[in-house]
Amino acid sequence: MAETQEYSFKDSTALAAEGTRSLAGPASPDEDLPDLQGEKMHLNMGPSHPATHGVLRIVLELDGEIISRAMPEIGYLHRGDEKIAENMTYTQFIPYTDRLDYLSPLANNVAYALAVEKLLGIDKQLPPRCQFIRVICAELARISSHLLGLGSFAMDVGALTVFLHTFTEREKLHNLFEALTGARFTTSYTRIGGLSRDLPPGWVEQCRKFLHEVVVNIDESETLLSRNRIFVDRTQGIGVISKADAIDFGLSGPVLRGSGVDHDLRKAQPYLVYDQLEFDVPVGTEGDCYDRYLVRIEEMRQSVRMVHQCLDKLPGGPVNVPDGKVVLPPKERVLTRMEELIHHFINVTQGVNAPPGEIYFAHENPKGELGFYLHSKGGGTPHRLKIRSPSFVNLSILPTLLPGLMVSDIVSVLGSFDFVMGECDR
Amino acid sequence: MTALELAKQLKTQFGEQISEPAEFRGETTVEAADGERMTEICGFAKEKLGFDYLVDISSVDEYGEDPRFTVIYHLYGYSHRCYLRLKTRVSEEKGELPTVTGVWRTANWHEREIYDMMGLRFRGHPDLRRILMWEGYPYFPLRKDFPLAGKPSDVPEIAFSEAAPMAGGPFVTIAGGADAVSREPRVRIPETDALETNARLERRKDIRPAHGAGHGPGPIEPKK
Repeated sequence: MAETQEYSFKDSTALAAEGTRSLAGPASPDEDLPDLQGEKMHLNMGPSHPATHGVLRIVLELDGEIISRAMPEIGYLHRGDEKIAENMTYTQFIPYTDRLDYLSPLANNVAYALAVEKLLGIDKQLPPRCQFIRVICAELARISSHLLGLGSFAMDVGALTVFLHTFTEREKLHNLFEALTGARFTTSYTRIGGLSRDLPPGWVEQCRKFLHEVVVNIDESETLLSRNRIFVDRTQGIGVISKADAIDFGLSGPVLRGSGVDHDLRKAQPYLVYDQLEFDVPVGTEGDCYDRYLVRIEEMRQSVRMVHQCLDKLPGGPVNVPDGKVVLPPKERVLTRMEELIHHFINVTQGVNAPPGEIYFAHENPKGELGFYLHSKGGGTPHRLKIRSPSFVNLSILPTLLPGLMVSDIVSVLGSFDFVMGECDR
Repeated sequence: MTALELAKQLKTQFGEQISEPAEFRGETTVEAADGERMTEICGFAKEKLGFDYLVDISSVDEYGEDPRFTVIYHLYGYSHRCYLRLKTRVSEEKGELPTVTGVWRTANWHEREIYDMMGLRFRGHPDLRRILMWEGYPYFPLRKDFPLAGKPSDVPEIAFSEAAPMAGGPFVTIAGGADAVSREPRVRIPETDALETNARLERRKDIRPAHGAGHGPGPIEPKK
């Protein structure tokens, strides 16, 4: 990074603003030549634009090439997940969490299961094997999400190779997910109080093989970008978010840490077995697009480190809480024993019996803090389920961040934010 | 410093205004009696108690109770790493709270979402528009008296209410043809095509749009 910071970076915004002023002639806008000032142009970016990664629409007001106003319009992917959740049992909602941040479904599964378990008060009773596997899932999901985020970010600013490169690796990851969960994207892997199944035979070795390969790929991707003149020019000093702004706008994840705030829920509020793992939290210094890119690269390496530790320490034993009132009992026992049959029946028809109360649980998702606020009146259905999605909150800074930037900088900013509209609109 | 101590400090400052802190699953909740003082309470929590991060604002519809709505603020402090949940009740008649966008700017979109989904207004909000639903949508979908299936609404000029511009043209695949030959534009004979297309468009009136807009029952009326 030291090499890349050596040459001075000309602020393209200031340059362009200078150019506009000199074109406009006399400094005072009230004087003659009003036609040359021109009128502001309105440009509609999205909802179907390659750089908006989904269906984000931004209505821009342009003064030449410079953005004077930006209004994000969201909601194109609004499916009413929160309403749907109020009409089904806790377990039935798990597949819907796949479709929030659909680039890291495993991490969403883990976050949601932990939230419900916190409400039930069984989060401390989870078997160690379950906790380790969940951490592996969450971290692999982070690698998967960051690989895609990195690839599409690079592609948006003109480096197509990286995209193909990271997708090769992501493909292997999805093969792993398929072996583990039976699905490549819509994994629905966790259950309330455990997991849908244990690791398949040979999976640990496959996973290790992948981890050895992915670090090489990350290094290569970094070689392609970190000192790439075009990439550096398009990202350094662009979309700078100050530390104070990042906190004030409630940003989270790599976008927050890129601005120099050392906050990671895995360290700040350790859950699962994160307190038993050694890992570092990368933090940026400038808060520009380049820093957010660096943070993601390093987070992938830390995730690899964590998964290695988890695989080393992976204990044996069951993966589910031994409580038939929470987890479905084994099928052979359901078919032969009365009590298990009743548990199965109640569990499927009414759901787990949650106590009245309210909890908030947040997981450090690849995109940031994914929180679930559960408000229960008792019984198997939430009275209210609120999803605090990191993409929604992170995007809310755009009206403040974009004005003053050039149109082409939007692509860099959006790429470095790495948001997902499925999660933003819910 | 624990969340409970911070909640007690908040209670010391505002007295009767703030309820006794409640603990559940290791989380601390306090309720403010008068929502009108929310800006003041939040301002104090941020400036004096170090809650510099507003995690989330959510809302609950306690249908059948009075006051009907609860608005919940989740606060977090980077310095002391404590969460605090701050709640206040809003009645249906009033349906209004002062905004906290002046305290944390992140409140802007959260409050817009609550306005959109629950229909609560935030006084002093700089840009209180719908955020997830479209402008002009007449209902508040997260209220408990709004059915899961949705309600019909009259939204003029909405997309998908008439055939696409090129539909039936010689270059466009006809949806739902009996076989690939009848769907494939290159094998169709333009002279007979018009008849076939018209017949299909006629039938298409019965198809409801696959759009979540909730047009309700009944076929789409072609625009005159």
